[in-house]
Amino acid sequence: MQNLGINVIFQGRNLQRLFEGLLITMEISFISIVIATFLGVLIGLSRTTKYKPLLLINRLYLEFFRIIPTLVWLFIFYFGVTTALNVDLSGLSVAIIVFSLWGAAEMGDIVRGALQSLPKHQTESGMALGLSHWQLYLYVLIPQAVRRTLPGTINLATRMIKTTSLVVLIGVIDVVKIGQQIIESSRFEFPTASFWVYGFIFVLYFIVCYPLSVLSNKLEMKWNN
Amino acid sequence: MMKTKSEITLLKINDIHKEFDNKEILTGVSFELHRGEVLVILGPSGCGKSTLLRCINGLEKIQSGDIIFDETSLIQDNTNWPVIREKIGMVFQNYDLFPHMTVIDNILLGPLKVQKRDKKEALEQAEDLLARVGLLDRKDAFPRQLSGGQKQRIAIVRALCMNPEIILFDEVTASLDPEVVREVLDVILGLAKQGMTMVIVTHEMGFARSVADRIIFMDEGNICEIAEPDVFFTNPQTERAQHFLNIFQY
Repeated sequence: MQNLGINVIFQGRNLQRLFEGLLITMEISFISIVIATFLGVLIGLSRTTKYKPLLLINRLYLEFFRIIPTLVWLFIFYFGVTTALNVDLSGLSVAIIVFSLWGAAEMGDIVRGALQSLPKHQTESGMALGLSHWQLYLYVLIPQAVRRTLPGTINLATRMIKTTSLVVLIGVIDVVKIGQQIIESSRFEFPTASFWVYGFIFVLYFIVCYPLSVLSNKLEMKWNN
Repeated sequence: MMKTKSEITLLKINDIHKEFDNKEILTGVSFELHRGEVLVILGPSGCGKSTLLRCINGLEKIQSGDIIFDETSLIQDNTNWPVIREKIGMVFQNYDLFPHMTVIDNILLGPLKVQKRDKKEALEQAEDLLARVGLLDRKDAFPRQLSGGQKQRIAIVRALCMNPEIILFDEVTASLDPEVVREVLDVILGLAKQGMTMVIVTHEMGFARSVADRIIFMDEGNICEIAEPDVFFTNPQTERAQHFLNIFQY
């Protein structure tokens, strides 16, 4: 009987290995998104000050991460920084560092945009109640800004999850790499393996990213009512 | 309740100058506000009346002159504006409630977080004030569920719940539909009768006449005329005030 291509996924430990690869993808994404969100809020807040040097540093930081491709950043840290500083970093650690820094730069911009889009009279009516500077941010501005950052944040999170597929190139075995290995090792037995394996990976990414956009829609609906 | 207007000077504005981009907005304004007094500031758009209000609670910095509140100058480097603003409340034109909070949370934010008052006591006062403006049943509503007039009454309650010594009203009915202007003005009139010290910027002439103890008429960044309302409206002394009043009569 001819082998059905889809069986490649269920042969041996293939399915388990794909999920292990997905776990690595998720680990890098999840940790980076958490760190990026935290740092991004701080960066976003710092970008609403009037202190010029801080603004300049933030501006350069953002532009560097936007202009230079993420892959190059991975190489800079994996090959460059480790050698220059003589430290030993695993591909996984480098991936988390680079994705956190990139995410923080983008998140900072999203938070800044949200804070600056709030009407000036929100600030003034908060001040008129005697709120101190940080109380104004804590109770009035940040809660409103968070709602406005939501679409951008979800978009950034899905972009980060997708872009983690680059980590293959610094030797991290993520879901895409495992897929390639499975295809390589079974290409005689299952000539259509690449179709089924990549198709399966496609579904995995969809399952990870889709709930995020559902969540974002739900929250937006809730906050609008 | 009897009016408790007194001769005690609560606020003294002394020759204040304010510039934006080298353009003079206030050119040496001086006046005094007594405890329990209601001052209404009238004048054409751009005469500086809103800016004047905003200077009083430090939302705008002045270039020279002095603002003396309760015998203390506010124009000092170490003025703690948040503390002053607890005592000098302000209600704005655009009923700036915080959209992510319910009515009651909007009102309690200042009393609980700024004044660190007891929650039960502050809540009692807030509910009492809400009942007085007829909105107790809306206390758990969000601002977007309220009409403009309701939002503005809530904004007044929010300012009142801080127990301020003065409230500044900056054209609080200017962006309201005509049919709800009255409900807001009635609230302010009620406060005047209870002896609240207020400075009101408005374009509602009938209201100004009935609420004011004194009218300040401003034009081009300075005070042209200060008079009791009956005198001002029937017999304005300056040509500019006469001209201004004529605009409001068809």
